[in-house]
Amino acid sequence: MRRISPVIAAAALYAGAILSFAAPAHAVAIERVVSAKGVEAWLVQDRSVPVIALQFAFHGGSALDPVGKEGLSNIVTGLLDEGAGNFDSQEFQRRREDSSVSLGFDSSVDSVGGNMRTLKRNAETGFDLLRLALNAPRFDASAVEKVKTQTRAWLSGAAENPRRIAGRVLSRTAFGDDPYGRSAEGTRRSVENLTTADFQAYVKQHFVRDRLVIGVVGDITPEELKPRLDAVFGDLPASAGPISLPMVTPALAGQVFVIDKKLPQSVVTFGQAGLSRKDPDYYIAYVMNQAFGGGGLTSRLMEEVREKRGLAYGVNTSLAPYDRAALITGGVATQNDRVGESIDIIRKEWAKLRDEGLTEEELADTKTYLTGSFLTNIDSTARMASLLVGIQLEELGIDYMDKRNSFIEAVTLADVRRVAQRLLDPTKLTFVVVGQPKGVTATATAPQIED
Amino acid sequence: MFPRLNLARAAFAVGLLIAASQPVAAAVFDPKTFTLPNGLEVVVIENHRLPVVTQMVWYKVGSADDPQGQSGVAHFLEHLMFRGSGSIAPGEFSRIVARNGGRDNAFTSWDYTAYHQTVAADRLELVMKLESDRMANLAITEEVVTPERQVIIEERRSRTDNNPAALLNEQMNASLFLNHPYRIPVIGWQHEMATLTQAGALDFYRRHYAPNNAILIVSGDVTVEQVRGLAAKYYAPIPRRDIAPRTRLREPLHVAARRVVLESDRVREPRLTREYLAPSYTTGDTQYAYALQVLETILSGGATSRLHKKLVEDDKLAVSAYASYEPSALDYGTLSIGGQPRSDVPLSKLEEAIDLEIARLLKDGVTADEVTRAKNQLVSSSDYARDSLRRGAMAIGTALATGQTVADVESWPERIGAVTPEQVNAAARNVFNIVNSVTGALLPAPRPSRS
Repeated sequence: MRRISPVIAAAALYAGAILSFAAPAHAVAIERVVSAKGVEAWLVQDRSVPVIALQFAFHGGSALDPVGKEGLSNIVTGLLDEGAGNFDSQEFQRRREDSSVSLGFDSSVDSVGGNMRTLKRNAETGFDLLRLALNAPRFDASAVEKVKTQTRAWLSGAAENPRRIAGRVLSRTAFGDDPYGRSAEGTRRSVENLTTADFQAYVKQHFVRDRLVIGVVGDITPEELKPRLDAVFGDLPASAGPISLPMVTPALAGQVFVIDKKLPQSVVTFGQAGLSRKDPDYYIAYVMNQAFGGGGLTSRLMEEVREKRGLAYGVNTSLAPYDRAALITGGVATQNDRVGESIDIIRKEWAKLRDEGLTEEELADTKTYLTGSFLTNIDSTARMASLLVGIQLEELGIDYMDKRNSFIEAVTLADVRRVAQRLLDPTKLTFVVVGQPKGVTATATAPQIED
Repeated sequence: MFPRLNLARAAFAVGLLIAASQPVAAAVFDPKTFTLPNGLEVVVIENHRLPVVTQMVWYKVGSADDPQGQSGVAHFLEHLMFRGSGSIAPGEFSRIVARNGGRDNAFTSWDYTAYHQTVAADRLELVMKLESDRMANLAITEEVVTPERQVIIEERRSRTDNNPAALLNEQMNASLFLNHPYRIPVIGWQHEMATLTQAGALDFYRRHYAPNNAILIVSGDVTVEQVRGLAAKYYAPIPRRDIAPRTRLREPLHVAARRVVLESDRVREPRLTREYLAPSYTTGDTQYAYALQVLETILSGGATSRLHKKLVEDDKLAVSAYASYEPSALDYGTLSIGGQPRSDVPLSKLEEAIDLEIARLLKDGVTADEVTRAKNQLVSSSDYARDSLRRGAMAIGTALATGQTVADVESWPERIGAVTPEQVNAAARNVFNIVNSVTGALLPAPRPSRS
């Protein structure tokens, strides 16, 4: 179960995963494998360890949870490994543990999916448990009651988590009643109302072949993989029709919200409208963000907020492109007495970036960082499989990894200045402060967030 | 977007940016080792899957070596190591690494401090040059020390002061250890952090940072001969220093179980944690260190483990239950056990149920089948060991910095495999002695009564 706010989920899924895990052609050869029943997967063979990792996703995600049934997608992902086929929850888990298979499912705002990792010698069991989880989940009453209780307890605890509160207020403000504005994990009330019939319907409706993408990495050949793909995915329904939800414009208008919580340090989330992953300026914005607030210790905001003034342990910004909307978001946490100062600096730097763009040195350093670091994060078969799924979800093409660096290298100072002016608007930059900040005046009342 | 720490491990490492220290099950990494004339131990783990290398330098010093009254200085020094050395200006270290497509970070625990970079294989020489420079030539000014002290205090607020569970954890450590410096948080007490100085940090540096008190680990697409040549060039010229032996205060005989209660209006869902003193690999009744890992797995190794099955599935008292044993410590290990009750179950009832499980374990012991399953799970996990560049470097660094040898790490699967049910039962009797424990209750603040 992915239990983080949509704003943060998007940042993790798109900006980081896709752009920084990419590898050059000479290191990674992707094969398109199509099974007898027509299931397609992208495969990277690697025999250096006796491990197979598979990742898959269906387009859709929590954005498709019906009104009043918020959290449905999240709960289903928590129930898929709680008993399937002839195995109840304990028997299913016993088989998984005894074969050292890891199996996980999660849902984000725009997709729902999972991963399986197995030792080659236990591949039969690993693929079979995944087949059962996807094709024959039981949703036994005891498992449903347990996972609902766990989720409600989590929601109750999360209601006091300052980062969660700030993220929810920003999403709610940006997207209102659109699914992007609702809690992906649901509310205690909506979760309570979910039934086994909802879960069964969800699986039938959303686990369909024309929304499916698959990545496989490790010690397996295309011929070995094909029958496995058929067994796991081949009998899922072909289609549930197109996903039809409207595009949505984030309603971030430069408000400042203060949510009073007795904390020694204020937790701040901020954001404004961003740009789509398919926008021709995407890579320019990506490079710009990396230099401004995206990169570890070396970004411009880190220099101004942390290194020069000691105002925070960390400050960062990310591009957060969803399927139907996009944001630029960021976060900082500063002691209550000085949080006004942190916010002033971020606003000022936002304006400066819009007016002046990057320096020549910043641009050059960022480009060599982004092009040089693409390998360093593919630390495991599972990470590579995750990258293969990300590329497919975003429809970037099977040659993406060959081309990706050239997109980054092509970015010029003039491009950055143009995109900074097009994109950045300090008057629309919206702040949510959770804590007891001094020197910060709220300009609007925060929307009510149901636990 | 900000550091995320596994709660169970939250006390163990405090990082420059994000704690990267995750104790991992060791396995057969097939490392090569040699020692330079100045005493620097070098470990090379070849892994040619991708043209990438990780360099780690571990110093055998941590926060438990902080001088009295200067808690947090080991971690403060870790931050200052990025603020200038030799010809490298403040912040330049990370900028050079990033410009070359690399990532870098560092972390501090009670027993060790480690610095690491991951780069393309052809940039290994660059990072060895940089890292060796700051081993010998740290050069920091008051100008960088002042804001950095604010940064670590903000880090403390983010990790601990803003988080009731982390605050309780800190209070529990201070109660579990009556005398040993493990009672003091790695990041420091805030009133002492505020008084840390440049002179104090430099004194700590001079007393502990030397090749004969360090371990260099290079993992990835490199040969031992290449590392030998580069280490000779960059690290061998650094002179050894006299290093005082690590003598730390010992625990007196414990005579009374302790209880700590933290009530906060930031808490909605109560939690129970009990921590016992335990042997580590190198201190106390070390013969139990492997049996305790098998016991941990029997109690907590997944959905079919004893605690989850009894407390979550059968008795429906808890939404989660766990046990966690930490054997990698220069001095005492700890075993913790606890859980989160369902919203309608009082914490005392969960505690009674955990006590009953412990009593049952001590009375009836574990079964041969449980031991076989747990050992299989643990040993199989080592088959995944080489599916990650960093895992071997982490496991070996942790071991060498806490008094173990490379041979110990390599023989981990055999030693786990040799554990018998009798040893597990003896280990349980050794550890589960209530006078050696602290029990922590995390509770919502009582509601003010209405008159």
